[in-house]
Amino acid sequence: MKTQLLALSAIVGSVLAAPAVADDYVIDTEGQHAFIQFKIKHLGYSWLLGRFNDFEGKFSYDEANPGNASVEVTIDTASVDTNHAERDKHLRSDDFLNTGEYPEASFVSTRYVPDSDDENEGTLYGNFTLNGVTKEIAIEVEQVGAGEDPWGGFRRGFEGEVDLTLADYNIDYNLGPEAKEVELYLSIEGVRQ
Amino acid sequence: MREVGVKGYDALMIIIHWSSALLVFGLFVLGWWMVDLTYYSNWYTTAPWWHKSLGLLVLFITLFRVVWRLVKGTPTIDGSAFEKKAAKLGHVLLYISLLAVVFSGYLISTGEGKPISFFDWFDVPALPFQVDQQATLAGAIHEYAAYVLVILALGHGVMALKHHFIDKRSTLIRMIKP
Repeated sequence: MKTQLLALSAIVGSVLAAPAVADDYVIDTEGQHAFIQFKIKHLGYSWLLGRFNDFEGKFSYDEANPGNASVEVTIDTASVDTNHAERDKHLRSDDFLNTGEYPEASFVSTRYVPDSDDENEGTLYGNFTLNGVTKEIAIEVEQVGAGEDPWGGFRRGFEGEVDLTLADYNIDYNLGPEAKEVELYLSIEGVRQ
Repeated sequence: MREVGVKGYDALMIIIHWSSALLVFGLFVLGWWMVDLTYYSNWYTTAPWWHKSLGLLVLFITLFRVVWRLVKGTPTIDGSAFEKKAAKLGHVLLYISLLAVVFSGYLISTGEGKPISFFDWFDVPALPFQVDQQATLAGAIHEYAAYVLVILALGHGVMALKHHFIDKRSTLIRMIKP
């Protein structure tokens, strides 16, 4: 009886506590559980991988209504890291990211469309600004998981992928015909606030 | 700098002086040219290799040169009190900018903790610590310090020619004959 009551109150409580208000999450950059990586073909013979070390962001997500999800991320472009000092210097220069003039890249979502066959996957549309140029992009997103962490918090994580054409962002240094596009890979964990 | 009562420089300092001059101007032109190389240029990887190895060579001989000067002293400077002061100041500025150029160059390539190869012979390690965006920061210093150095070195050469042809002094000769 007691457990039934508890269960009932838990259900009532959860229904009352969930009036279609999405939860807000802060991307866990402090604990370093979020990654923004990229890869681009080197001469067409191999992949070159890099990442942005410094960024911050938040998202909101409502399990009952995933279509309302929204995301905002700001990237410190000077934190580009390909594990090669001279290359990173070149990437920060105006041949590429032009970080002196445009120290930030940003993504602000406009809408999220969950897949009809799998609510854990979807397409996240939004405005991406890089090198001072803003374009709408569509990131293929998959929820990795969500739940309580062992330290009293609640976490939710996604991964996403999007291909960008460098010339779209006025980055036209010639790296060869096989290196006109860069693949962005995001692995983002948020801590519920 | 301690002045000693000798007339000229010894042969070693003369060799170091002229090889430094050659290296400084050569590296300036090489650096100026190589930063605009396209990715598919044959020189895209070899030019920086030469620039870094030769730059390290300048670093080594300059450090040696400074120690040698401190140990051995330098010859007496000819001229008025003003000329002596100006010459000393010019020389100090030359040494400061020379060290600034080579050291900032070293800090570019070691900006993420990796060593620089000296002619594929041995590696010169990075400092045990790096600062944020070190390569970019050091690159800016390297560029401006190189302009300053080349301007100072040209001024240095012009003054040497002036002392030789107009003042008829031994200033230039004693940097040629030990």
